[in-house]
Amino acid sequence: MLAPLTEPLAYDFFLRALVASSMVGVVCAVIGSYMVLRGLAFMGDALSHSAFPGVVLAYLFKGPFYIGAAVAAVATALAIGWVTRRGNLRGDTAIGVLFAGMFALGIFLFSLIPNYVGDLFGFLFGEVLGIGLGDLVALVGLAVAVLAVVAILWKELLYTTFDPLGAAASGLPVAALDYLLLALIAVTIVVSLQAVGIILVVAMLVTPAATAQLLTRSFGRLLAVAVTIGVLAPMVGLYASYWLNAASGATIVLVETAIFLVALLFRLQVGRRRETLQPAS
Amino acid sequence: MSALPVTSTSVAVRLAHVTAGYDHRQALEDVDLDIPAGALVAIFGPNGGGKSTLLKLVADLIQPWSGVVEVLGEPAGRAARRIAYVPQAELVDWSFPVSVWDVAMMGRFPRLGPWRRPGQLDRDAVALALERVGMADLRSSQIGSLSGGQRRRAFLARAIAAEPDLYLLDEPVTGVDATTQEDLMALLASETSAGRTAIATTHDLAAAAEHFTTVVALNQRVIAVGASSLVLDPDVLSRTYGGHFLVLGNQAVVMDDAHHHDSASGGEQHYHERPERR
Repeated sequence: MLAPLTEPLAYDFFLRALVASSMVGVVCAVIGSYMVLRGLAFMGDALSHSAFPGVVLAYLFKGPFYIGAAVAAVATALAIGWVTRRGNLRGDTAIGVLFAGMFALGIFLFSLIPNYVGDLFGFLFGEVLGIGLGDLVALVGLAVAVLAVVAILWKELLYTTFDPLGAAASGLPVAALDYLLLALIAVTIVVSLQAVGIILVVAMLVTPAATAQLLTRSFGRLLAVAVTIGVLAPMVGLYASYWLNAASGATIVLVETAIFLVALLFRLQVGRRRETLQPAS
Repeated sequence: MSALPVTSTSVAVRLAHVTAGYDHRQALEDVDLDIPAGALVAIFGPNGGGKSTLLKLVADLIQPWSGVVEVLGEPAGRAARRIAYVPQAELVDWSFPVSVWDVAMMGRFPRLGPWRRPGQLDRDAVALALERVGMADLRSSQIGSLSGGQRRRAFLARAIAAEPDLYLLDEPVTGVDATTQEDLMALLASETSAGRTAIATTHDLAAAAEHFTTVVALNQRVIAVGASSLVLDPDVLSRTYGGHFLVLGNQAVVMDDAHHHDSASGGEQHYHERPERR
């Protein structure tokens, strides 16, 4: 009876994919919660696309793609922060310019590679079922590092997200914490690339936190709900993709999107019931 | 110069020849101001007159173009842990998923530093602060579900929980009900009588006259400093507000514009009240 659940577990690649995607789900849910509350959803999309030239360069020089992606994404994150602070530009303008430019650079470099076929698809859409043991170890290590930083600084990140002026006035290093969060977002994206790819990372970051925001009214519960979705959705998605023979990254994202839609319907339903119970004042 | 130690009964905030602004727009010009420790100070003046700018200089949120700002005997920013700053209500995202308790607890975060989690001492301080502002019963409420007055109480609880030596409050009594105004001012009065200092900006001249011990009339420059009866002085008012006020009998009416905060400085987001849909 449990065969549909146990059968894929016989394959090492499936086990590795389960561990990798759940880990990605957790770290994305945590970082995504801060992002959503800061209105940085678009920033997540931008940084993942900015990682592309780093990935291509790493491929060209046969280096580990983690390094290339991390350097490109962190550099872009810091550049966006700097341009916004110094350049007298709105944040979304700076993001728009830099992310399109970096993605174009990636495509440009990529088009210089002769007879290039397969791996592009993997980078753009993820290939978690193909993750090797070495990459898995690196992924888990980076994810644990990100979570450790948040565990140390969750209070400070929360205060500066909620009230940057009050936090700065009472002595918290707000600018440094802003840059740190951008760097954490960049590393999180790098961790997630192999699981869901450049295009869909933003969903892993934003959707669980957005779903949790519909259902909760305190930060602790928001984190808990987002992390729960972050762990469960990749598992459900991986099994579904195994049995349907569908793309794994896309299936995971679709599961998260479905959970979001259910939460949205639930929220609307609760709102309607409240309106009928309480006559409008 | 002699190196006498600064006593706690001396000056809480000192601005000397301070000129400041945002980008290329000057907001304050050559401001000299001494605020003694234990004072309960209202800063009033027209929009764009530099009230919020002055508060931000003291909080070290912006740096002066020229001049010196000293806070609690040190250069601005050095004594940050001893300061509690309450921003204008428009600068807070009220949909943020935090409860009244969470907001008050944030007042403890800077003194805890990284690593350390809030302990019993912090929970006691937060509980006491919520008790004092009359929000103990609403501690679990999400801040967006509160009335304007309750929101202000929650933020004052955060400031009290921080146990600061200096309160900086941007428009603390704007748009709150009379009871809340009375309660908040009574709390600030008891804090200042304990030797702490409180500086608030306000548009509300009646509140300034009634509740504060010292007022500062500000329009780019310091027009006047003195006892709270100053806000009823037609001469001070006319120099502070220019033509934007009328004297009707012995009552002054300020014809300020309707929008109740200064224009946003760089990078600030304003969250205006909007009808909430659920």
